[in-house]
Amino acid sequence: MYASQQDELINVKGLHKYFLGNHILKGIDFSANEGDLISIIGRSGCGKTTFLRCLNCLEILDSGTIHIAGITLSRHLNHHITEENNPSNNKKRRVLLPNLGMPKEERLDDDFRLKARAIRLKVGILFQNLNLFPHMTVLENISRPPMIVKGENRDQTVPRAIGLLEKVGLEKFMDRYPHQLSGGQAQRVAIARALAMSPQVMLYDEPTSSLDPELVQEVMEVMINLHKEGMTQIIVTHAMNFARKASNIVIYMEDGKIVEQGHPDEIFDNAKDQRTQQYLSIL
Amino acid sequence: MYELMNNFINFRSIRRLSYLMIKKFQEYLKKKYTSGLSSILLKLTLIFAILFSIPEISYSQKKPALSWAADAEGNAPFIFKDPTNMNNIGFEVDIAKAIADELFMEALFVQNQWDGLIPGLQIMNYDVAINGIEITPERLSEVNFSTPYYITHVQLVVLKGSKIRCLSDLFGKDVGCLKNSYAERVLLDTAERGPTAIRVKSYEGEVNAFQDMLNGRLDAALVDAPIALYYASWNPEFQLAGEGIGEMSYGVAIRKSDTLLLRNINNALASIGSKGKLKDILMRWNLWNQSMRKYLNDYSESNIPPSEFKKYLKSQGKAKTFSERMQGYYDSLSLFGRAALTTIQISVTSMIIAIILGLVIALIRIYSPPPFSKMATAYIELIRGTPLLIQLYFIYYVLPTTGIKFTPFLAAVIGLGLNYAAYEAENYRAGLFSVPKGQMEAAISLGMKRRQALRFIIIPQALRLVIPPITNDFISLLKDSSLVSVITMVELTKVYMQLSLVDYDFLGNGIIVALVYLLLGLPFVKMAKYAERRFSVDKKRVVQ
Repeated sequence: MYASQQDELINVKGLHKYFLGNHILKGIDFSANEGDLISIIGRSGCGKTTFLRCLNCLEILDSGTIHIAGITLSRHLNHHITEENNPSNNKKRRVLLPNLGMPKEERLDDDFRLKARAIRLKVGILFQNLNLFPHMTVLENISRPPMIVKGENRDQTVPRAIGLLEKVGLEKFMDRYPHQLSGGQAQRVAIARALAMSPQVMLYDEPTSSLDPELVQEVMEVMINLHKEGMTQIIVTHAMNFARKASNIVIYMEDGKIVEQGHPDEIFDNAKDQRTQQYLSIL
Repeated sequence: MYELMNNFINFRSIRRLSYLMIKKFQEYLKKKYTSGLSSILLKLTLIFAILFSIPEISYSQKKPALSWAADAEGNAPFIFKDPTNMNNIGFEVDIAKAIADELFMEALFVQNQWDGLIPGLQIMNYDVAINGIEITPERLSEVNFSTPYYITHVQLVVLKGSKIRCLSDLFGKDVGCLKNSYAERVLLDTAERGPTAIRVKSYEGEVNAFQDMLNGRLDAALVDAPIALYYASWNPEFQLAGEGIGEMSYGVAIRKSDTLLLRNINNALASIGSKGKLKDILMRWNLWNQSMRKYLNDYSESNIPPSEFKKYLKSQGKAKTFSERMQGYYDSLSLFGRAALTTIQISVTSMIIAIILGLVIALIRIYSPPPFSKMATAYIELIRGTPLLIQLYFIYYVLPTTGIKFTPFLAAVIGLGLNYAAYEAENYRAGLFSVPKGQMEAAISLGMKRRQALRFIIIPQALRLVIPPITNDFISLLKDSSLVSVITMVELTKVYMQLSLVDYDFLGNGIIVALVYLLLGLPFVKMAKYAERRFSVDKKRVVQ
């Protein structure tokens, strides 16, 4: 048991997250080994996207422990009384200040912030709407971030970016701008951009939901190839077919908790929990 | 020409300073950056350098200078532009020169807005002010005055055929006068004693009152006698009503602390008075009157012809032919050109300040914690909410009392720059907000720090969005720069006013000055269009 804990790349214990006073994640315990391809399924609003964003520290957990790629973050707040979670307080602030897309890190100490940034460097994420940088070419989208973040120089990052583009089959498109790409191509560029930071874990937030069915395949192939190379990947998805065929673990979430997890065949054909059965039967 | 030279003297010191600053800045850049940003900044500094590298006119003087200020936009016969060569002439120019000669000094003219003559004196911009400044108790509490160099009265001017003859005819009428003048006080005093009100209208210049009388808005105007003589006496549409009223004295304004200079100037005035030099000047300008006779105790007859007055009448009397007019415009082009250069220097420099400072303020307002962001907001509201004119006055006339003194150029650039920075900050804010929040998220998730995300991801996208509003503001600034004439800068609008007042040709000169403004703005509009095309936001929309 002790040994296996050491192998675990990700270990989450008692993760809680609140938004505007709403309890979104209600104590999640989760672990993943290196090389896992994990699919998270569940109804809209069950907290699966929030969970994913907590793993990448885009949302800062309110309490619990996250151990990921050798870095441990833990926090224990009594949220019901903290100011940041007072709904009226926050509503007022939200009206005044538009959401700028920055994690609310003002209240954290430096050590916590440094750790959060270190985690982001080791965990790549693919957003639902990609957020490619529109003012950069495809090649720049992939080669510039390592230059900015890690101070690498062009001679290192450009060949690596081209290599990654070859890997996702888009080397011909490197001089285009994001708006000149199809949805599937843009998706693959976004994956390549995340991979350019050499992450140990890749997270995907509904990667295929906005794609035409015939484009889904090309994105999935990229993920399956990465799986073969041993990349640890977590995918929030509604595509049951994909979850079943590609992943080695499927997790069902409901109401901010993990209800059930196991091998895809186990979950899809033989769910133990009634709630899982009910969800799958609706599909 | 004096005022141009004076401007050059100012520019020379600024140029030297800016050259040093640019050099230091470049060295700093070389050390700090090796990337693209520095090349842009280097180009900017290059533009700076070119702007300031106007050829230097060497201006040497052997005698010490007596710098005297007046507003050349003023009226004949005090100081005005000679229509034939655009030099400053007038009886005060002659008197200033006579005083300086008496003191073995060189009279050096300094252009200054009439309203600002005494404040400018107090902040040591020149030694004395000579510009029809009447000696009053209020002014005596601020500055010292020499003994009078001219004593005169106010004169009622009415339209031909009017029945108004004296002050008591004015009750219930509309009467114009110069603001803050002796005439205004006479009118207000009369009105107080009278049965019905006098509707007193105060103008920036007496000439405006005459114009308004012609337009039918006024029944009469009460003006200083020299003005009546030079603007109404010969004009068939006006007539002078009754005798002169009251008595007023013009004196040389001198700082309270300059007691030695006060004594010297009083001696000089006494000397030119007794030598008949003052009389000579006043005779030539047709201003010799009963009061001066009594004052100088000089009742002798003399046969000096009113040559300057006649010359003036000649220039006013006949209509210019088309070719004379064109020649006049052609001659004034160099004046306009010089002024346009000043306008462009002021506008470009202050816009550079505004663009850089504005971005800093916007970033502080959006991304800094409350105490700083609130300060940025307060700055924006304070600057946007108060008139630029008052800000300029404050910087130029009030700050020197606390020991911070700027040259007119620096004051203008700082005033306009700080003012427009507030507007640019709001443009940037709009631009920064319109970058989707996902862009920041993506940058953070790739491990960038906030600062890096702003610099490489958010700001470049926001800049593209704010090019059109910033161009808009630049054009607006180009025109707002005309306000700096209140702090003695001679720029386009000031030159336009000076030239137009020579022969009241507001139309012709107006068309020229409008064209010059248009021409100044167009290259920048073109540049902005190019930049917009080059960095088109539309072309690089966010992929959804």
